[in-house]
Amino acid sequence: MTINVDIIFKIAAIGIIVSVLNMVLNKAGREEQAMMTTLVGIVVVLMMVINLVSNLFDTVKTMFQLY
Amino acid sequence: MNIFQIVAIGVMAAILAILLKNHKPEFGIYISIVAGLIIFLLVLSQLQSVIEILNQLAGRIDIEDVYLSIVLKIVAIAYIAEFGAQVCRDAGEGVIASKIEFAGKVLIMVMAVPILVSLMDLIINMVP
Repeated sequence: MTINVDIIFKIAAIGIIVSVLNMVLNKAGREEQAMMTTLVGIVVVLMMVINLVSNLFDTVKTMFQLY
Repeated sequence: MNIFQIVAIGVMAAILAILLKNHKPEFGIYISIVAGLIIFLLVLSQLQSVIEILNQLAGRIDIEDVYLSIVLKIVAIAYIAEFGAQVCRDAGEGVIASKIEFAGKVLIMVMAVPILVSLMDLIINMVP
């Protein structure tokens, strides 16, 4: 199961994009759209992190014959 | 996956986390979680061989393998509880972290009870 390290870069990229977009939208006076982009960014990254966490839990479960 | 790659991943993830923390703290926490996961998954394959060796040893000394599986389960519970507690503490939630650790201790205690019972039986049988 290849563990790709580039997921860290993806998350960092999404974080930077969201924060830049946030600043731009705030300056443009659209606070609610800024909040929306932040939420979307967080949800997308949460999906990726949840996949990795479930992967970890499955690996540990099979490794240690847990449950 | 030797130690240099692991250290490189860790340091790079730390830098990215700091970079993102002051603008968006949520992404900083995400990066630290993912970095910890990746490093653990990388090292896990070596752990598998250690566990197999333990099983062979237990087979040779003919200990009941139920004890070894309990020990392995306890190690797994301890690791997962510690992982969750560290993530929460890293996010600044000390209260949640201590609750997770408390729950981990209770679960480990529950799993260790059969071993304690068999130990007591052994001692009682030895006393004439």
